[in-house]
Amino acid sequence: MAGPKRRELLATTSLVLLSVPAVAAGAVVKDGLPWTPGQADPPEAAAPGSWHFFTVAEGAAVEALVDRLIPPDPETPGGKDSGCAVFIDRQLAGPYGRFEGYYMKGPFHEGTKQQGYQSPLTPAAHYRIGLAALDKYCRASFGGSGFAQLGDGQKDELLKGLEAGSVNLDAVDGKQFFTQLLTDTKYGFFADPVYGGNRDMVAWKMIGFPGARYDYRDWVHRHNERYPLPPVSIRDHPNWKL
Amino acid sequence: MTRKLPATDVVIVGLGWTGSILANELTDAGLDVVAVERGPWRDTASDFPPSYAPDELRYRLHHELFLRPAQASLTFRNNLEQTALPVRTWGAFMLGNGAGGAGVHWNAETWRFLPSDFVLKSHLTQRYGAGFLPPDMTIQDWGVTFDELEPHYDRFEYLCGTSGTAGNLKGVIKDGGNPFEGPRSRPYPTPAQPQPFSHTLFAEAAKQLGYKPFPQPSGNLSAAYTNPLGVKLGPCTYCGFCEWFGCGNYSKASPQTTILPVLLGKPNFEARTLCEVTRINLDASGKRATGATYVDSSGDSWEQPADLVILCAFQLFNVQLLLLSGIGTPYNPRTGQGQIGRNFSHQTVSTATGFFDNTKFNFNPFIASGAIGMCIDEFNGDNFDHGPHGFVGGGYMGQVQTNGRPIETTPVPPGTPGWGAAWKKAVKDNYLSTVFGGAAVHGSSYSYRTNYLDLDPVYQDRFGRPLLRMTMDLHDNELKMSAFLTDRYAEVVQKMGARQVDKQPRKGPYDVTKYQTSHLCGGAVMGSNPGNSALNTYLQSWDVPNLFVQGASAFPQNAGYNPTGTVAALAFRSAEAIRGQYLKNPGPLVHA
Repeated sequence: MAGPKRRELLATTSLVLLSVPAVAAGAVVKDGLPWTPGQADPPEAAAPGSWHFFTVAEGAAVEALVDRLIPPDPETPGGKDSGCAVFIDRQLAGPYGRFEGYYMKGPFHEGTKQQGYQSPLTPAAHYRIGLAALDKYCRASFGGSGFAQLGDGQKDELLKGLEAGSVNLDAVDGKQFFTQLLTDTKYGFFADPVYGGNRDMVAWKMIGFPGARYDYRDWVHRHNERYPLPPVSIRDHPNWKL
Repeated sequence: MTRKLPATDVVIVGLGWTGSILANELTDAGLDVVAVERGPWRDTASDFPPSYAPDELRYRLHHELFLRPAQASLTFRNNLEQTALPVRTWGAFMLGNGAGGAGVHWNAETWRFLPSDFVLKSHLTQRYGAGFLPPDMTIQDWGVTFDELEPHYDRFEYLCGTSGTAGNLKGVIKDGGNPFEGPRSRPYPTPAQPQPFSHTLFAEAAKQLGYKPFPQPSGNLSAAYTNPLGVKLGPCTYCGFCEWFGCGNYSKASPQTTILPVLLGKPNFEARTLCEVTRINLDASGKRATGATYVDSSGDSWEQPADLVILCAFQLFNVQLLLLSGIGTPYNPRTGQGQIGRNFSHQTVSTATGFFDNTKFNFNPFIASGAIGMCIDEFNGDNFDHGPHGFVGGGYMGQVQTNGRPIETTPVPPGTPGWGAAWKKAVKDNYLSTVFGGAAVHGSSYSYRTNYLDLDPVYQDRFGRPLLRMTMDLHDNELKMSAFLTDRYAEVVQKMGARQVDKQPRKGPYDVTKYQTSHLCGGAVMGSNPGNSALNTYLQSWDVPNLFVQGASAFPQNAGYNPTGTVAALAFRSAEAIRGQYLKNPGPLVHA
């Protein structure tokens, strides 16, 4: 995410700037709420078009991966057609790909499970190295084929092996790479479509989540009834087009 | 180089709940107040309007409203033998940032602690004998009683417009409220929120099991409300984007919706945002604070002289600033000596997920609010006889599910694969018919000799200052309590008609990656004398009498409730003492 920076810049230019003449930065807020019409910090929508982070070959592999993690069925598209690979691509090209906002000072040591993530590897680097390692593994094990060229059964076996830690990739921990990929795929499937996944709100329609409707006062008393209205996204709501 | 600014009467460090309360009270007393806040200004219309507030990825998963660890973090280890490592991204707790502090993203559960919670050590010793407590448990009495705090709880609830049903009105037990609560002087300012289906079903099942369910006291308002300062709040819309999010409806009590519009109208108040206090300054005697030094967003350093310093940062950072400023004696876990960093505690939460037949139950989990819910208090505090159980402490429990946001709230039955066609089908089949409350069992966290805070010897913040180091583990007493309470909760979920109940009692070791509420407590605790505390009960430093330290850092241990009501009540009591006593005769309010 862009973090609070954009908003902070807006704030410093619009607030009363420092009544103490010596003070150079920061903002003094006084004499009323510092509200300016039209000032806002909407999300940055995923841009359409080709890959921002992935190479064409990486993109093809990730589309194949997300389509096995969330396979299509007759009612709901899978990871690929719902846009999970696009979502991951845009996330990796953005602040999340750099772990912006994370504490990334060294020294880096492996700790206990309870101490959490301790690697200097950013998500962008993790994907770059992990996808290359996966490709190398596939080509060595399946007669020169990349992941996207494998049959569904072969793909699932390989994913199960990564998940269980029984398939070892060089350069990355296969199990950790699998976990990262699965987490990001689910984020993409269920996040607001503004970020490039959950295309046409397919995941929300599948489960019955109405999205960004924001007002259920008429419904809080209606117990054990199916909510009838289709979902809306923060991108598409007719009253609040970004 | 640090440049010196003109002096002011009061400097407040941090503009969250306690900073806003103290600023409002002290400007009312005619003092000039400067609040220094390290985060940005935040207001409803610009920062979290309904058009984009409901965004699970941005706010829940990418932590956009929170303090970022790159700006300030801490290190963590389970025990003294381990090497602490930095918390690189938040997990176990979420820390607020900017105007409003954690009051922007909280759920607004607005509880009062039990009368016995304030006299915990003497109460438990009297009832069970001193030998009943684990030898390394370091709980103590607060030095203040429920009755002394009641008027201040009342002020906070009326500031917020809290929605609830009284259970004990001036000593008379009322139907529909919490019969275990201490006597309140008047009803809640607004009626309890209406409850969605699963929450109502929980209450019915609890009643059948002989318990007395009641609505959770909520700062998500059931009706429009004008508070005593004249600030208006709107009714909650049950949007399901409350905790971790700002409220776009002005219906969650926060400094923005209750105090700041009035505070910012006063000529004797000013806030400086994006300015981080790095030190409380002391005079040569070390007994008097002379103000605070802060760094602005250009990296320039400024000294703000003041007669009175009020520390209102989050619990962890209050303790870090005291240690960095050389105020008080750092706690030593080997000798038990020293007060700063002692008696760190958190909250022992657990849950049980209930899977129901989707042809019979449709819960619409997305219709909810942060503090909605039906609870029981039979197993909180010392509301039940602990004698047969071999532990102390307890918690409230209830169906307090806040949301159906699909990244986080798509539970599947145990044994379901984590991906693939079977996972996808299970998500679809269970989404609308599962009871999934994150902190459904909300248990106490008592203090121990080896759960404490000090400065890390290796890792530093962006200014090169040592990070705070947390040494924390779960002890047998809390694990036994969690197992017992989770079993009781699961019985109620079963009674609701679940076809499968998945119990998840809290297990050790303490894990800094798993969310356990943001209720961090202790480290600069209040008490009756300097031998057992850093602060007197007016939150005044024993060592530096013109320094007051607000917030949950003053809790000697945490009770089985959310802390904000008690944090705010202590802040109002502290403000009253400053206005009524300290300003007339600056100096120690309690003589040791």
